[in-house]
Amino acid sequence: MEKSLNWREFVITRLIQASGYSAIIFVALIFFFLLREGLPALAEVKPSELFNVRWYPIEDYFGILPLLTGSLIITLGAALIAVPFGIGTAVYISEIAPRWMREILKPLVELLGGLPSVVLGFLGILVLSPFIRVFLDLPTGLTALTGSILLGGIAVPTVVSVAEDALDAVPRAYREGAWALGATKWQTIWRVTLPAAKSGVLTAVMLGVGRAIGETMTVMMVTGNAPVLAIKLGSLFSPVRTMTATIAAEMGEVASGSTHYHVLFFIGMVLFLISLGVNIAASSVVFRAKKRAERILS
Amino acid sequence: MKLSINRHLMQRLGFTGITLMAIATVTPIVAVVIYILIQGLPAISTEFLTGFPHDGMRAGGILPAIIGTLYLTIGTAIFSVPLGIAAAIYLSEYASDTPLTRTIRIAIINLAGIPSVVYGLFGLGLFVIFLKFGTSILAASMTLSIMTLPVIISTAEESLRSVPQGFRTVSISLGATRWQTIRRIVLKEALPGILTGVILGLERAAGETAPILFTGAAFFLPRLPGSPFDATMALPYHLFVISTQVPEMPIKIQYGTALVLLVFVLTMNLIATVIRSRARSKRQW
Repeated sequence: MEKSLNWREFVITRLIQASGYSAIIFVALIFFFLLREGLPALAEVKPSELFNVRWYPIEDYFGILPLLTGSLIITLGAALIAVPFGIGTAVYISEIAPRWMREILKPLVELLGGLPSVVLGFLGILVLSPFIRVFLDLPTGLTALTGSILLGGIAVPTVVSVAEDALDAVPRAYREGAWALGATKWQTIWRVTLPAAKSGVLTAVMLGVGRAIGETMTVMMVTGNAPVLAIKLGSLFSPVRTMTATIAAEMGEVASGSTHYHVLFFIGMVLFLISLGVNIAASSVVFRAKKRAERILS
Repeated sequence: MKLSINRHLMQRLGFTGITLMAIATVTPIVAVVIYILIQGLPAISTEFLTGFPHDGMRAGGILPAIIGTLYLTIGTAIFSVPLGIAAAIYLSEYASDTPLTRTIRIAIINLAGIPSVVYGLFGLGLFVIFLKFGTSILAASMTLSIMTLPVIISTAEESLRSVPQGFRTVSISLGATRWQTIRRIVLKEALPGILTGVILGLERAAGETAPILFTGAAFFLPRLPGSPFDATMALPYHLFVISTQVPEMPIKIQYGTALVLLVFVLTMNLIATVIRSRARSKRQW
Protein backbone atom coordinates (compact mmCIF):
# COMPACT_ATOMS: atom_id res chain seq x y z
CA MET A 1 0.00 0.00 0.00
CA GLU A 2 2.64 2.43 1.14
CA LYS A 3 4.85 1.45 -1.75
CA SER A 4 2.17 1.77 -4.44
CA LEU A 5 1.33 5.24 -3.14
CA ASN A 6 4.95 6.33 -3.48
CA TRP A 7 5.14 4.91 -6.94
CA ARG A 8 2.00 6.72 -8.05
CA GLU A 9 3.19 9.94 -6.55
CA PHE A 10 6.45 9.57 -8.44
CA VAL A 11 4.75 9.02 -11.80
CA ILE A 12 2.34 11.90 -11.31
CA THR A 13 5.14 14.26 -10.30
CA ARG A 14 7.09 13.33 -13.42
CA LEU A 15 4.03 13.83 -15.63
CA ILE A 16 3.40 17.25 -14.13
CA GLN A 17 7.02 18.17 -14.59
CA ALA A 18 6.93 17.10 -18.23
CA SER A 19 3.81 19.20 -18.80
CA GLY A 20 5.61 22.14 -17.27
CA TYR A 21 8.37 21.84 -19.85
CA SER A 22 5.87 21.47 -22.71
CA ALA A 23 5.71 25.21 -23.43
CA ILE A 24 9.42 25.28 -24.23
CA ILE A 25 9.07 22.18 -26.40
CA PHE A 26 6.19 23.72 -28.36
CA VAL A 27 7.99 27.00 -29.03
CA ALA A 28 11.02 25.02 -30.19
CA LEU A 29 8.86 22.75 -32.38
CA ILE A 30 7.09 25.73 -33.97
CA PHE A 31 10.40 27.38 -34.74
CA PHE A 32 11.84 24.13 -36.06
CA PHE A 33 8.97 23.49 -38.47
CA LEU A 34 9.01 27.10 -39.71
CA LEU A 35 12.75 26.79 -40.37
CA ARG A 36 12.37 23.40 -41.98
CA GLU A 37 9.76 24.58 -44.47
CA GLY A 38 10.83 28.23 -44.71
CA LEU A 39 14.62 28.17 -45.07
CA PRO A 40 14.59 26.43 -48.47
CA ALA A 41 13.06 29.66 -49.77
CA LEU A 42 16.45 31.33 -49.32
CA ALA A 43 18.04 28.72 -51.56
CA GLU A 44 15.32 28.89 -54.20
CA VAL A 45 14.88 32.67 -54.37
CA LYS A 46 17.82 35.07 -54.45
CA PRO A 47 17.82 37.39 -51.41
CA SER A 48 17.79 40.40 -53.75
CA GLU A 49 14.57 39.06 -55.29
CA LEU A 50 13.05 38.13 -51.94
CA PHE A 51 13.53 41.62 -50.53
CA ASN A 52 12.07 43.21 -53.60
CA VAL A 53 8.99 45.28 -54.32
CA ARG A 54 7.05 42.91 -56.55
CA TRP A 55 4.85 40.12 -55.16
CA TYR A 56 3.41 38.17 -58.05
CA PRO A 57 3.89 34.46 -57.29
CA ILE A 58 2.26 33.19 -60.50
CA GLU A 59 5.18 34.64 -62.46
CA ASP A 60 7.71 33.77 -59.76
CA TYR A 61 8.06 37.26 -58.31
CA PHE A 62 8.46 36.74 -54.58
CA GLY A 63 9.31 40.24 -53.32
CA ILE A 64 8.03 40.45 -49.75
CA LEU A 65 8.61 44.19 -49.21
CA PRO A 66 5.03 45.19 -50.12
CA LEU A 67 3.74 42.69 -47.56
CA LEU A 68 6.13 43.96 -44.89
CA THR A 69 5.19 47.59 -45.49
CA GLY A 70 1.51 46.62 -45.64
CA SER A 71 1.74 45.00 -42.21
CA LEU A 72 3.70 47.93 -40.83
CA ILE A 73 1.38 50.69 -42.04
CA ILE A 74 -1.73 48.92 -40.76
CA THR A 75 -0.09 48.16 -37.42
CA LEU A 76 1.06 51.76 -37.10
CA GLY A 77 -2.46 52.99 -37.76
CA ALA A 78 -3.87 50.48 -35.28
CA ALA A 79 -1.37 51.57 -32.63
CA LEU A 80 -2.32 55.23 -33.13
CA ILE A 81 -5.86 54.23 -32.23
CA ALA A 82 -5.29 51.52 -29.63
CA VAL A 83 -2.62 53.26 -27.55
CA PRO A 84 -4.47 56.46 -26.59
CA PHE A 85 -7.86 54.79 -26.26
CA GLY A 86 -6.44 51.76 -24.48
CA ILE A 87 -4.42 53.76 -21.97
CA GLY A 88 -7.24 56.27 -21.54
CA THR A 89 -9.72 53.49 -20.80
CA ALA A 90 -7.27 51.84 -18.41
CA VAL A 91 -6.80 55.13 -16.53
CA TYR A 92 -10.55 55.61 -16.40
CA ILE A 93 -11.20 52.10 -15.08
CA SER A 94 -8.37 52.12 -12.57
CA GLU A 95 -8.35 55.73 -11.34
CA ILE A 96 -11.60 57.52 -12.08
CA ALA A 97 -14.55 55.16 -12.49
CA PRO A 98 -16.77 54.39 -9.50
CA ARG A 99 -16.78 50.76 -8.45
CA TRP A 100 -20.04 49.76 -10.14
CA MET A 101 -18.86 51.28 -13.40
CA ARG A 102 -15.65 49.27 -13.18
CA GLU A 103 -17.65 46.06 -12.72
CA ILE A 104 -19.48 46.80 -15.98
CA LEU A 105 -16.54 48.06 -18.03
CA LYS A 106 -14.04 45.32 -17.31
CA PRO A 107 -16.19 42.42 -18.58
CA LEU A 108 -17.17 44.53 -21.61
CA VAL A 109 -13.57 45.13 -22.61
CA GLU A 110 -12.88 41.45 -22.03
CA LEU A 111 -15.83 40.70 -24.30
CA LEU A 112 -14.21 42.72 -27.08
CA GLY A 113 -11.13 40.55 -26.65
CA GLY A 114 -13.31 37.48 -27.16
CA LEU A 115 -15.15 38.67 -30.27
CA PRO A 116 -14.01 36.44 -33.15
CA SER A 117 -11.90 38.47 -35.56
CA VAL A 118 -13.90 37.04 -38.45
CA VAL A 119 -17.04 38.71 -37.07
CA LEU A 120 -15.27 42.08 -36.97
CA GLY A 121 -14.01 41.52 -40.50
CA PHE A 122 -17.54 40.65 -41.60
CA LEU A 123 -18.91 43.90 -40.16
CA GLY A 124 -15.92 45.67 -41.67
CA ILE A 125 -16.99 44.54 -45.13
CA LEU A 126 -20.68 45.30 -44.70
CA VAL A 127 -20.68 48.41 -42.51
CA LEU A 128 -17.31 50.12 -42.02
CA SER A 129 -15.84 49.94 -45.52
CA PRO A 130 -18.94 51.33 -47.33
CA PHE A 131 -18.98 54.12 -44.77
CA ILE A 132 -15.30 54.93 -45.37
CA ARG A 133 -15.75 54.81 -49.14
CA VAL A 134 -18.61 57.32 -49.05
CA PHE A 135 -17.27 59.46 -46.21
CA LEU A 136 -13.78 59.92 -47.66
CA ASP A 137 -14.97 59.69 -51.27
CA LEU A 138 -12.60 56.84 -52.19
CA PRO A 139 -12.91 54.37 -55.08
CA THR A 140 -13.01 51.51 -52.57
CA GLY A 141 -13.59 51.24 -48.85
CA LEU A 142 -11.27 48.25 -48.54
CA THR A 143 -8.22 50.24 -47.44
CA ALA A 144 -5.38 50.16 -44.94
CA LEU A 145 -7.33 52.67 -42.87
CA THR A 146 -10.31 50.30 -42.58
CA GLY A 147 -7.96 47.58 -41.40
CA SER A 148 -6.25 49.94 -38.94
CA ILE A 149 -9.52 50.98 -37.32
CA LEU A 150 -10.66 47.38 -36.79
CA LEU A 151 -7.20 46.24 -35.69
CA GLY A 152 -7.11 49.13 -33.26
CA GLY A 153 -10.29 47.72 -31.74
CA ILE A 154 -8.76 44.25 -31.58
CA ALA A 155 -5.62 45.53 -29.85
CA VAL A 156 -7.49 47.70 -27.32
CA PRO A 157 -8.43 44.92 -24.84
CA THR A 158 -4.80 43.80 -24.60
CA VAL A 159 -3.61 47.36 -23.95
CA VAL A 160 -6.40 48.03 -21.44
CA SER A 161 -5.94 44.90 -19.35
CA VAL A 162 -2.14 45.04 -19.15
CA ALA A 163 -2.05 48.81 -18.53
CA GLU A 164 -4.77 48.54 -15.92
CA ASP A 165 -2.85 45.84 -14.06
CA ALA A 166 0.18 48.13 -14.09
CA LEU A 167 -1.80 51.09 -12.72
CA ASP A 168 -3.38 48.88 -10.07
CA ALA A 169 0.04 47.75 -8.93
CA VAL A 170 1.12 51.31 -8.06
CA PRO A 171 1.06 51.49 -4.25
CA ARG A 172 -1.73 53.60 -2.82
CA ALA A 173 0.79 55.50 -0.71
CA TYR A 174 2.18 57.14 -3.87
CA ARG A 175 -1.20 58.67 -4.64
CA GLU A 176 -1.86 59.62 -1.02
CA GLY A 177 1.52 61.31 -0.87
CA ALA A 178 0.71 63.39 -3.92
CA TRP A 179 -2.73 64.34 -2.58
CA ALA A 180 -1.24 65.30 0.75
CA LEU A 181 1.10 67.67 -1.09
CA GLY A 182 -1.94 69.35 -2.57
CA ALA A 183 -1.97 67.82 -6.05
CA THR A 184 -5.34 67.33 -7.69
CA LYS A 185 -6.42 63.84 -8.69
CA TRP A 186 -5.65 64.71 -12.28
CA GLN A 187 -2.14 65.93 -11.49
CA THR A 188 -1.57 62.80 -9.44
CA ILE A 189 -2.57 60.59 -12.35
CA TRP A 190 -0.33 62.41 -14.82
CA ARG A 191 2.71 63.10 -12.69
CA VAL A 192 2.74 60.24 -10.19
CA THR A 193 0.62 57.21 -11.05
CA LEU A 194 1.28 56.97 -14.79
CA PRO A 195 5.06 57.57 -14.48
CA ALA A 196 5.20 54.98 -11.70
CA ALA A 197 3.41 52.47 -13.94
CA LYS A 198 5.49 53.45 -16.98
CA SER A 199 7.12 50.08 -17.62
CA GLY A 200 3.84 48.18 -17.36
CA VAL A 201 2.15 50.66 -19.68
CA LEU A 202 5.02 50.27 -22.14
CA THR A 203 4.56 46.50 -21.98
CA ALA A 204 0.86 47.01 -22.67
CA VAL A 205 1.66 49.04 -25.77
CA MET A 206 4.13 46.46 -27.05
CA LEU A 207 1.79 43.53 -26.49
CA GLY A 208 -1.00 45.47 -28.20
CA VAL A 209 1.23 46.11 -31.21
CA GLY A 210 2.20 42.44 -31.24
CA ARG A 211 -1.46 41.49 -31.21
CA ALA A 212 -2.14 43.84 -34.14
CA ILE A 213 0.71 42.73 -36.35
CA GLY A 214 -0.30 39.08 -36.04
CA GLU A 215 -4.01 39.51 -36.70
CA THR A 216 -5.08 37.71 -39.84
CA MET A 217 -8.74 37.30 -40.71
CA THR A 218 -9.89 40.88 -40.18
CA VAL A 219 -7.12 42.39 -42.29
CA MET A 220 -7.55 39.79 -44.98
CA MET A 221 -11.25 40.64 -45.24
CA VAL A 222 -11.12 44.45 -45.19
CA THR A 223 -7.82 45.69 -46.63
CA GLY A 224 -8.34 44.81 -50.27
CA ASN A 225 -5.20 42.63 -50.46
CA ALA A 226 -3.33 44.57 -53.15
CA PRO A 227 0.40 43.85 -52.83
CA VAL A 228 1.67 47.38 -53.47
CA LEU A 229 4.48 49.11 -51.64
CA ALA A 230 2.89 51.15 -48.86
CA ILE A 231 5.39 53.84 -47.91
CA LYS A 232 3.47 57.05 -48.60
CA LEU A 233 0.93 58.59 -46.26
CA GLY A 234 -1.64 58.17 -49.04
CA SER A 235 -1.19 54.40 -48.83
CA LEU A 236 -3.42 54.56 -45.79
CA PHE A 237 -6.34 55.27 -48.12
CA SER A 238 -5.63 52.57 -50.66
CA PRO A 239 -5.75 48.77 -50.54
CA VAL A 240 -2.70 47.03 -49.07
CA ARG A 241 -1.81 43.47 -48.21
CA THR A 242 -0.24 42.16 -45.03
CA MET A 243 2.08 39.23 -44.38
CA THR A 244 -0.56 37.38 -42.39
CA ALA A 245 -3.25 37.81 -45.03
CA THR A 246 -0.89 36.60 -47.75
CA ILE A 247 -0.19 33.37 -45.90
CA ALA A 248 -3.87 32.81 -45.11
CA ALA A 249 -5.06 33.57 -48.64
CA GLU A 250 -2.44 31.70 -50.62
CA MET A 251 -1.39 28.68 -48.54
CA GLY A 252 -4.54 26.79 -49.45
CA GLU A 253 -3.72 26.93 -53.15
CA VAL A 254 -0.02 26.16 -53.36
CA ALA A 255 1.55 22.78 -53.99
CA SER A 256 3.29 21.47 -50.90
CA GLY A 257 7.06 21.76 -51.38
CA SER A 258 6.94 24.37 -54.16
CA THR A 259 8.92 27.61 -54.02
CA HIS A 260 5.75 29.56 -53.30
CA TYR A 261 5.03 27.19 -50.38
CA HIS A 262 8.51 27.72 -48.95
CA VAL A 263 8.29 31.49 -49.32
CA LEU A 264 4.98 31.53 -47.43
CA PHE A 265 6.63 29.58 -44.61
CA PHE A 266 9.53 32.03 -44.77
CA ILE A 267 7.04 34.88 -44.22
CA GLY A 268 5.65 32.89 -41.28
CA MET A 269 9.18 32.66 -39.93
CA VAL A 270 9.55 36.45 -40.19
CA LEU A 271 6.26 36.89 -38.32
CA PHE A 272 7.38 34.42 -35.66
CA LEU A 273 10.66 36.30 -35.15
CA ILE A 274 8.85 39.64 -34.95
CA SER A 275 6.48 38.33 -32.27
CA LEU A 276 9.39 36.70 -30.44
CA GLY A 277 11.26 40.03 -30.43
CA VAL A 278 8.23 42.02 -29.29
CA ASN A 279 7.42 39.59 -26.48
CA ILE A 280 10.94 39.18 -25.18
CA ALA A 281 11.36 42.96 -25.23
CA ALA A 282 8.03 43.41 -23.43
CA SER A 283 8.85 40.88 -20.72
CA SER A 284 12.37 42.23 -20.19
CA VAL A 285 10.95 45.71 -19.62
CA VAL A 286 8.84 44.31 -16.80
CA PHE A 287 11.74 42.29 -15.47
CA ARG A 288 14.09 45.28 -15.40
CA ALA A 289 11.46 47.48 -13.75
CA LYS A 290 10.92 44.84 -11.09
CA LYS A 291 14.64 44.70 -10.38
CA ARG A 292 14.82 48.47 -10.11
CA ALA A 293 11.88 48.52 -7.72
CA GLU A 294 13.52 45.86 -5.59
CA ARG A 295 16.70 47.91 -5.45
CA ILE A 296 14.85 51.02 -4.38
CA LEU A 297 12.83 49.22 -1.74
CA SER A 298 15.70 47.29 -0.21
CA MET B 1 -6.14 81.79 -6.56
CA LYS B 2 -6.04 81.87 -10.35
CA LEU B 3 -3.63 78.94 -10.31
CA SER B 4 -5.94 76.75 -8.27
CA ILE B 5 -8.92 77.46 -10.54
CA ASN B 6 -6.84 76.43 -13.49
CA ARG B 7 -5.83 73.23 -11.77
CA HIS B 8 -9.39 72.28 -11.06
CA LEU B 9 -10.56 73.30 -14.49
CA MET B 10 -7.75 71.18 -15.88
CA GLN B 11 -8.90 68.25 -13.78
CA ARG B 12 -12.46 68.63 -14.95
CA LEU B 13 -11.38 68.82 -18.59
CA GLY B 14 -9.05 65.86 -18.17
CA PHE B 15 -11.63 63.67 -16.46
CA THR B 16 -14.21 64.51 -19.11
CA GLY B 17 -11.72 63.66 -21.84
CA ILE B 18 -10.75 60.33 -20.30
CA THR B 19 -14.38 59.43 -19.63
CA LEU B 20 -15.28 60.19 -23.23
CA MET B 21 -12.41 57.98 -24.38
CA ALA B 22 -13.64 55.10 -22.25
CA ILE B 23 -17.15 55.58 -23.62
CA ALA B 24 -15.79 55.68 -27.17
CA THR B 25 -13.99 52.41 -26.50
CA VAL B 26 -16.91 50.55 -25.02
CA THR B 27 -19.81 51.83 -27.13
CA PRO B 28 -18.72 50.11 -30.37
CA ILE B 29 -18.55 46.77 -28.51
CA VAL B 30 -22.13 47.06 -27.37
CA ALA B 31 -23.17 48.41 -30.77
CA VAL B 32 -21.58 45.46 -32.61
CA VAL B 33 -23.39 42.92 -30.46
CA ILE B 34 -26.77 44.66 -30.72
CA TYR B 35 -26.42 45.28 -34.45
CA ILE B 36 -25.66 41.64 -35.21
CA LEU B 37 -28.51 40.58 -32.93
CA ILE B 38 -31.00 42.79 -34.80
CA GLN B 39 -29.76 41.88 -38.27
CA GLY B 40 -29.29 38.19 -37.52
CA LEU B 41 -32.45 37.29 -35.61
CA PRO B 42 -34.76 37.16 -38.68
CA ALA B 43 -32.57 34.43 -40.17
CA ILE B 44 -32.82 32.16 -37.15
CA SER B 45 -35.25 29.28 -37.58
CA THR B 46 -35.30 25.58 -36.80
CA GLU B 47 -34.35 24.86 -40.39
CA PHE B 48 -31.41 27.28 -40.20
CA LEU B 49 -30.06 25.68 -37.03
CA THR B 50 -30.70 22.03 -37.89
CA GLY B 51 -30.55 21.90 -41.68
CA PHE B 52 -27.77 21.40 -44.19
CA PRO B 53 -26.76 24.17 -46.58
CA HIS B 54 -27.93 23.80 -50.15
CA ASP B 55 -28.01 25.76 -53.44
CA GLY B 56 -24.28 26.47 -53.12
CA MET B 57 -24.80 27.42 -49.45
CA ARG B 58 -27.16 30.22 -50.45
CA ALA B 59 -30.07 28.50 -48.74
CA GLY B 60 -30.76 26.00 -45.99
CA GLY B 61 -29.09 25.72 -42.61
CA ILE B 62 -25.68 25.72 -41.01
CA LEU B 63 -25.86 22.55 -38.90
CA PRO B 64 -22.53 21.10 -40.14
CA ALA B 65 -20.74 24.32 -39.18
CA ILE B 66 -22.31 24.37 -35.70
CA ILE B 67 -21.48 20.71 -35.06
CA GLY B 68 -17.99 21.22 -36.49
CA THR B 69 -17.23 24.09 -34.12
CA LEU B 70 -18.56 21.98 -31.26
CA TYR B 71 -16.25 19.09 -32.23
CA LEU B 72 -13.26 21.40 -32.59
CA THR B 73 -13.92 23.01 -29.20
CA ILE B 74 -14.24 19.62 -27.49
CA GLY B 75 -11.15 18.34 -29.31
CA THR B 76 -9.20 21.39 -28.19
CA ALA B 77 -10.36 20.87 -24.60
CA ILE B 78 -9.27 17.21 -24.60
CA PHE B 79 -5.66 18.15 -25.36
CA SER B 80 -5.24 21.57 -23.80
CA VAL B 81 -7.09 21.27 -20.48
CA PRO B 82 -5.12 18.40 -18.85
CA LEU B 83 -1.81 19.63 -20.24
CA GLY B 84 -2.47 23.27 -19.33
CA ILE B 85 -3.59 22.52 -15.76
CA ALA B 86 -0.67 20.14 -15.20
CA ALA B 87 1.76 22.79 -16.44
CA ALA B 88 0.15 25.35 -14.13
CA ILE B 89 0.47 22.94 -11.19
CA TYR B 90 4.13 22.48 -12.02
CA LEU B 91 4.78 26.23 -12.13
CA SER B 92 2.82 27.02 -9.00
CA GLU B 93 3.50 24.00 -6.76
CA TYR B 94 6.78 22.42 -7.84
CA ALA B 95 9.02 24.84 -9.72
CA SER B 96 11.42 27.11 -7.90
CA ASP B 97 12.85 30.27 -9.42
CA THR B 98 15.55 28.76 -11.61
CA PRO B 99 16.75 29.76 -15.08
CA LEU B 100 14.75 26.81 -16.43
CA THR B 101 11.54 28.09 -14.84
CA ARG B 102 12.21 31.54 -16.23
CA THR B 103 12.70 29.99 -19.67
CA ILE B 104 9.34 28.23 -19.32
CA ARG B 105 7.69 31.55 -18.48
CA ILE B 106 9.27 33.28 -21.46
CA ALA B 107 8.13 30.37 -23.66
CA ILE B 108 4.55 30.76 -22.40
CA ILE B 109 4.58 34.50 -23.06
CA ASN B 110 5.88 33.83 -26.55
CA LEU B 111 3.29 31.15 -27.26
CA ALA B 112 0.65 33.71 -26.34
CA GLY B 113 2.09 36.20 -28.82
CA ILE B 114 2.58 34.00 -31.89
CA PRO B 115 0.19 35.09 -34.67
CA SER B 116 -2.70 32.68 -35.18
CA VAL B 117 -1.85 32.15 -38.85
CA VAL B 118 1.65 31.01 -37.83
CA TYR B 119 -0.03 28.36 -35.65
CA GLY B 120 -1.84 27.36 -38.82
CA LEU B 121 1.48 26.95 -40.67
CA PHE B 122 2.92 24.96 -37.78
CA GLY B 123 -0.14 22.69 -37.65
CA LEU B 124 0.14 22.15 -41.39
CA GLY B 125 3.83 21.31 -41.12
CA LEU B 126 3.67 19.06 -38.06
CA PHE B 127 0.21 17.49 -37.78
CA VAL B 128 -1.11 17.50 -41.35
CA ILE B 129 2.05 16.67 -43.30
CA PHE B 130 4.72 15.28 -40.95
CA LEU B 131 2.45 13.16 -38.73
CA LYS B 132 0.14 12.45 -41.71
CA PHE B 133 -3.11 13.32 -39.91
CA GLY B 134 -4.31 15.05 -43.09
CA THR B 135 -6.60 18.07 -42.91
CA SER B 136 -8.72 16.76 -40.08
CA ILE B 137 -10.52 17.58 -36.86
CA LEU B 138 -7.60 15.96 -35.04
CA ALA B 139 -4.95 18.18 -36.66
CA ALA B 140 -7.05 21.32 -36.24
CA SER B 141 -7.87 20.54 -32.59
CA MET B 142 -4.23 19.92 -31.73
CA THR B 143 -3.20 23.16 -33.44
CA LEU B 144 -5.88 25.09 -31.52
CA SER B 145 -4.83 23.35 -28.28
CA ILE B 146 -1.28 24.64 -28.44
CA MET B 147 -2.63 28.12 -29.18
CA THR B 148 -4.99 27.90 -26.18
CA LEU B 149 -2.35 26.54 -23.81
CA PRO B 150 -0.81 29.85 -22.65
CA VAL B 151 -4.23 31.26 -21.68
CA ILE B 152 -5.07 28.17 -19.62
CA ILE B 153 -1.63 27.91 -18.01
CA SER B 154 -1.42 31.52 -16.93
CA THR B 155 -4.96 31.83 -15.53
CA ALA B 156 -4.76 28.43 -13.80
CA GLU B 157 -1.39 29.28 -12.28
CA GLU B 158 -2.68 32.59 -10.98
CA SER B 159 -5.65 30.81 -9.46
CA LEU B 160 -3.49 28.13 -7.82
CA ARG B 161 -1.16 30.76 -6.39
CA SER B 162 -4.05 32.62 -4.80
CA VAL B 163 -4.76 29.62 -2.53
CA PRO B 164 -3.22 30.57 0.84
CA GLN B 165 0.00 28.79 1.74
CA GLY B 166 -1.48 27.80 5.11
CA PHE B 167 -3.89 25.38 3.42
CA ARG B 168 -0.94 23.42 2.06
CA THR B 169 1.00 23.51 5.31
CA VAL B 170 -1.95 22.17 7.30
CA SER B 171 -2.65 19.38 4.81
CA ILE B 172 1.01 18.27 4.75
CA SER B 173 1.24 18.40 8.53
CA LEU B 174 -1.79 16.09 8.74
CA GLY B 175 0.22 13.50 6.85
CA ALA B 176 -1.00 14.02 3.31
CA THR B 177 1.52 13.67 0.50
CA ARG B 178 2.27 16.54 -1.81
CA TRP B 179 0.09 15.21 -4.61
CA GLN B 180 -2.79 14.46 -2.19
CA THR B 181 -2.57 18.01 -0.93
CA ILE B 182 -2.64 19.40 -4.46
CA ARG B 183 -5.49 17.19 -5.60
CA ARG B 184 -7.79 17.41 -2.58
CA ILE B 185 -7.03 20.88 -1.24
CA VAL B 186 -5.31 23.22 -3.67
CA LEU B 187 -7.07 22.14 -6.87
CA LYS B 188 -10.44 22.12 -5.16
CA GLU B 189 -10.01 25.66 -3.90
CA ALA B 190 -8.61 26.93 -7.19
CA LEU B 191 -11.23 25.21 -9.35
CA PRO B 192 -13.47 28.21 -10.17
CA GLY B 193 -10.50 30.28 -11.28
CA ILE B 194 -9.14 27.44 -13.37
CA LEU B 195 -12.53 26.86 -14.95
CA THR B 196 -12.79 30.53 -15.88
CA GLY B 197 -9.42 30.38 -17.62
CA VAL B 198 -10.29 27.15 -19.42
CA ILE B 199 -13.56 28.57 -20.76
CA LEU B 200 -11.95 31.84 -21.85
CA GLY B 201 -9.23 29.87 -23.64
CA LEU B 202 -11.73 27.61 -25.38
CA GLU B 203 -13.83 30.64 -26.30
CA ARG B 204 -10.89 32.02 -28.19
CA ALA B 205 -10.28 28.69 -29.90
CA ALA B 206 -13.94 28.41 -30.94
CA GLY B 207 -13.83 31.80 -32.66
CA GLU B 208 -10.51 31.34 -34.46
CA THR B 209 -10.27 30.87 -38.20
CA ALA B 210 -6.64 31.27 -39.23
CA PRO B 211 -5.25 28.22 -37.35
CA ILE B 212 -7.80 25.86 -38.92
CA LEU B 213 -7.62 27.25 -42.47
CA PHE B 214 -5.08 24.68 -43.62
CA THR B 215 -5.35 22.13 -40.83
CA GLY B 216 -8.98 21.01 -40.74
CA ALA B 217 -11.53 23.42 -42.17
CA ALA B 218 -13.69 22.34 -45.09
CA PHE B 219 -15.33 24.76 -47.53
CA PHE B 220 -18.47 22.67 -47.81
CA LEU B 221 -19.46 19.21 -46.61
CA PRO B 222 -22.74 17.53 -47.52
CA ARG B 223 -22.62 15.38 -44.36
CA LEU B 224 -21.36 15.52 -40.80
CA PRO B 225 -17.77 14.42 -40.12
CA GLY B 226 -17.68 10.75 -39.13
CA SER B 227 -14.27 10.46 -37.49
CA PRO B 228 -11.48 12.65 -36.06
CA PHE B 229 -9.64 12.15 -39.34
CA ASP B 230 -12.31 13.92 -41.39
CA ALA B 231 -12.17 17.60 -42.22
CA THR B 232 -15.05 19.67 -40.88
CA MET B 233 -16.96 22.86 -41.51
CA ALA B 234 -16.73 25.41 -38.70
CA LEU B 235 -18.71 28.55 -37.87
CA PRO B 236 -15.92 31.15 -38.14
CA TYR B 237 -14.56 29.69 -41.37
CA HIS B 238 -18.07 29.37 -42.77
CA LEU B 239 -18.74 33.03 -42.02
CA PHE B 240 -15.50 33.94 -43.79
CA VAL B 241 -16.43 31.80 -46.80
CA ILE B 242 -19.96 33.09 -47.22
CA SER B 243 -18.98 36.73 -46.70
CA THR B 244 -16.04 36.75 -49.11
CA GLN B 245 -15.98 33.72 -51.39
CA VAL B 246 -19.56 33.08 -52.44
CA PRO B 247 -21.06 35.61 -54.87
CA GLU B 248 -24.69 36.68 -54.41
CA MET B 249 -24.88 35.28 -50.93
CA PRO B 250 -28.12 36.35 -49.21
CA ILE B 251 -27.20 38.92 -46.55
CA LYS B 252 -29.69 37.41 -44.12
CA ILE B 253 -27.84 34.09 -43.95
CA GLN B 254 -24.54 35.92 -43.41
CA TYR B 255 -25.91 37.84 -40.44
CA GLY B 256 -27.61 34.71 -39.14
CA THR B 257 -24.30 32.82 -39.18
CA ALA B 258 -22.52 35.73 -37.48
CA LEU B 259 -25.21 35.74 -34.80
CA VAL B 260 -24.92 32.01 -34.10
CA LEU B 261 -21.14 32.33 -33.81
CA LEU B 262 -21.50 35.35 -31.55
CA VAL B 263 -24.03 33.58 -29.30
CA PHE B 264 -21.73 30.55 -29.10
CA VAL B 265 -18.79 32.69 -28.00
CA LEU B 266 -20.74 35.08 -25.77
CA THR B 267 -22.39 32.21 -23.90
CA MET B 268 -18.96 30.84 -23.02
CA ASN B 269 -17.84 34.32 -22.00
CA LEU B 270 -20.92 34.78 -19.81
CA ILE B 271 -20.46 31.41 -18.09
CA ALA B 272 -16.84 32.29 -17.32
CA THR B 273 -17.81 35.69 -15.91
CA VAL B 274 -20.55 34.18 -13.73
CA ILE B 275 -18.29 31.45 -12.35
CA ARG B 276 -15.66 34.01 -11.49
CA SER B 277 -17.90 36.52 -9.76
CA ARG B 278 -19.67 33.75 -7.82
CA ALA B 279 -16.38 32.31 -6.61
CA ARG B 280 -15.22 35.79 -5.59
CA SER B 281 -18.28 36.47 -3.50
CA LYS B 282 -18.19 33.04 -1.82
CA ARG B 283 -14.50 33.12 -1.00
CA GLN B 284 -13.75 33.37 2.71
CA TRP B 285 -10.00 33.91 2.63
